[in-house]
Amino acid sequence: MNRRLMDIWVGVFVVIGFAALLFLALRASDVASSNLGETYRLKARFDNIGGLKVRGPVKSAGVVVGRVAKISLDPKDYEAIVTMKIDKRYRFPKDTYASILTSGLLGEQYIGLDIGGDEKMLNPGEIFARTQSAIVLEKLIGQFMFSKAAEGTDKK
Amino acid sequence: MPERLFSAVAGLGHSLNNVFQRLGFAARFFMMLLRYSGQSFCRFRLTVREIYFSGFQSLLIMLVSSLFIGMVLGLQGFETLQRFGSADALGVMVALSLTRELGPVVAALLFASRAGSSITAEIGLMKATEQLMAMDMMAINPIARVVAPKFWGGVLSMPLLASLFSAIGIFGGYLIGVVFIGVDEGAFWSQMQGAVDFRFDIWNGIIKSFVFGIAVSLIAVFEGYDAIPTAEGVSASIRRTVVNSALTILALDFVLTSFMFRGL
Repeated sequence: MNRRLMDIWVGVFVVIGFAALLFLALRASDVASSNLGETYRLKARFDNIGGLKVRGPVKSAGVVVGRVAKISLDPKDYEAIVTMKIDKRYRFPKDTYASILTSGLLGEQYIGLDIGGDEKMLNPGEIFARTQSAIVLEKLIGQFMFSKAAEGTDKK
Repeated sequence: MPERLFSAVAGLGHSLNNVFQRLGFAARFFMMLLRYSGQSFCRFRLTVREIYFSGFQSLLIMLVSSLFIGMVLGLQGFETLQRFGSADALGVMVALSLTRELGPVVAALLFASRAGSSITAEIGLMKATEQLMAMDMMAINPIARVVAPKFWGGVLSMPLLASLFSAIGIFGGYLIGVVFIGVDEGAFWSQMQGAVDFRFDIWNGIIKSFVFGIAVSLIAVFEGYDAIPTAEGVSASIRRTVVNSALTILALDFVLTSFMFRGL
């Protein structure tokens, strides 16, 4: 085997390998959007986070503006503390409503931010004052059944 | 009767002893390999030659099998996802299963049977024909000259082959899902991009394939170096390379997966 030819083929092999990696990075995973760039942290307290997971998206008007960085439980009042990493480009008013929503019927859970009208903006590290917990389907069904049963007894 | 019992127990002890002895020898061999790697990197052309033989020449089998695996994933995934009305998530399923598991694992299995066995055969035959000993006589270290380049050639090729495997597999899934069955193209790619994370899914897959590359190459060169220098011995060591590396890959994959993707 010619030495030079072998070098060329090895070069081709390496180029093909890196091209495949580039394809995976750009086409299959979209590095640009998953990379949030510089971030700051905000916190929110929820009674129940449902199925929210670390690395879950934080959306405002449907646009991903951040990711869930950490989930922990406050040992004093048994509330969940969710820490989010938010893109530096976006700031949110102090009275922004943070709620845990589900994408689709069976989809993953995310934090939706409904923008308030306050002039003051949340500073890095601050806490969302107003939150809404995840809706647990079983509880919802239970409430519905309970109210139906109550209706039934009223009629008698 | 007691004599037979004794010999059975002795046989058990002997085989256990053998296993540990070989394990210890393999560990020492690996240390030696690492020690002389620097020496072999001074002549990097040797490693390039091995990348050609074990990496480049495995391209064809990787391309064909990854295309078919991607196509099968597309077909079967569609069958199942369609029942729940979520055929749009086909891209996610194909991409995640390839980048996380199938890409590294199947590429490593193919690499073990395509390149690992030939590495073992070459080194084993060099030992059987006393070429390794002749090198030693000429003050050429056979580990630095023959073994280390083969090892590093395999280790460097493996991540490239695995990422190629995943990429072509995703293309195969696209071919079946979008082109033949008619899943929406936009949903296929955008859901995939939304669900696959580069640093988490793809990077962990590459780390996996790197670990598999080390394991397979080490097993291949060790079995060759440790072969009994007869025709029978070389054939037995080739068989051991394929069997042991397949088992090692699958076991390591379980361990790595449980570390990388736990809690998700």
